[in-house]
Amino acid sequence: MLAKKGVGLPSFLKTGTTIVGLIFQDGVILGADTRATEGPIVADKNCEKIHYMAPNIYCCGAGTAADTEAVTDMVSSQLQLHRYHTGRESRVVTALTLLKKHLFSYQGHVSAALVLGGVDITGPHLHTIYPHGSTDTLPFATMGSGSLAAMAMFESNYKEGLTRDEGIKLVVDAICSGIFNDLGSGSNVDVCVITKGHKEYLRNHLLPNPRTFVSSKGYTFTKKTEVLSTKIIPLKERVEVTERGDAMEE
Amino acid sequence: MTKQAANWSPYDNNGGSCVAIAGIDYCVIAADTRMSTGYSILTREYSKICKLADKSLMASSGFQADVKALQKFLAARHLIYQHQHNKQMSCPAMAQLLSNTLYYKRFFPYYSFNVLGGLDTEGKGCVYTYDAVGSYERVGYGCQGSGSTLIMPFLDNQLKSPSPLLLPAQDAVTPLSEAEAVDLVKTCFASATERDIYTGDKLEIVVLNADGIRREYMELRKD
Repeated sequence: MLAKKGVGLPSFLKTGTTIVGLIFQDGVILGADTRATEGPIVADKNCEKIHYMAPNIYCCGAGTAADTEAVTDMVSSQLQLHRYHTGRESRVVTALTLLKKHLFSYQGHVSAALVLGGVDITGPHLHTIYPHGSTDTLPFATMGSGSLAAMAMFESNYKEGLTRDEGIKLVVDAICSGIFNDLGSGSNVDVCVITKGHKEYLRNHLLPNPRTFVSSKGYTFTKKTEVLSTKIIPLKERVEVTERGDAMEE
Repeated sequence: MTKQAANWSPYDNNGGSCVAIAGIDYCVIAADTRMSTGYSILTREYSKICKLADKSLMASSGFQADVKALQKFLAARHLIYQHQHNKQMSCPAMAQLLSNTLYYKRFFPYYSFNVLGGLDTEGKGCVYTYDAVGSYERVGYGCQGSGSTLIMPFLDNQLKSPSPLLLPAQDAVTPLSEAEAVDLVKTCFASATERDIYTGDKLEIVVLNADGIRREYMELRKD
């Protein structure tokens, strides 16, 4: 209604994104591109979209950057408190329930589309969470504007019981598919491998988009704004400052 | 039955950026070769530069269907001109023709953003920039399209042109050599591709001078 009267919402930093995850023989691999956009402009060429939830759980975020960051930070701290209380390792389902409860209560207004993955006492788990709070439990998952491009790679190449290297290769291929075919995704590939009792965060695992041209001479920006006239009015002639006592004392 | 708002638009935006720089005896016209719609790439090699006459080239971004129609119309008009005058149209004449053609569709415009580059009758480089409905101006350098807001300030900084209001009128052509101008254009596009999602894939550079037309290509980021 306000929009009709010309009061538009401000534009947000959206991570028009490709994020993926899959289950391999001994755990979970998450992947993400690193482009953040604001409409047609690239706002950040190397942002982090794989968020920390717990030592054994990570979460990829697509949607409004502020929402994905806030919601993962919030739940991550709730999980930390829960660990202090119970003295046990966090479970992926706990994170899943906390995230979906929050998102559902905001009826989709918190625009966070997530891929949640981790390994806990009950084994490896991978989930997707939509902005309205619905969730899926899957062996392989994609989200964001590049989800179709990435899913094309998964649907044609995924099989059960992939090795670590095969898994990483497939995740990288899926993210690259998003990077090159979806304009909302781009720059580098981040990967996170979670296995039982161990994790490996491979920040900028692949950098497939270097700058294509650098001028051999470089450029100078020496042209200053032209000064047409200068007039200086000294303050001292008009204002008299007398010092007495301690200025800080009253 | 209440009147419904049109939920279909005859226009699309296929993105892309165009740059043209005029020198004392040359003209550089460049555009990327990506054609896209929404978040999808339609093709990575679509030339946005069109040769209208021996000494005038047009680079256009915007809605490529309209651009195609515009190019076809100008080609037909130029053929008629050749039959009637037995010569090629000059670049300033082509510039006026393009303006008239765009204004003729003032209330259902060609959704195209053009830069026209070429050599004038004295063999000097010339660049004309347009809006979608035919307002045009002869300048020393110009750029249009999705990356124009990123490229224009850089060109302004490097090639600040004299005010068109100065008397006597000053030459608008840039002081750069041909090779320097080509390097500047490459930098413009490499930078615009870093920050504009609709610019990328490949850069097509066309150089026009007394020797004729030369084409050059450079790879751009493909993400």
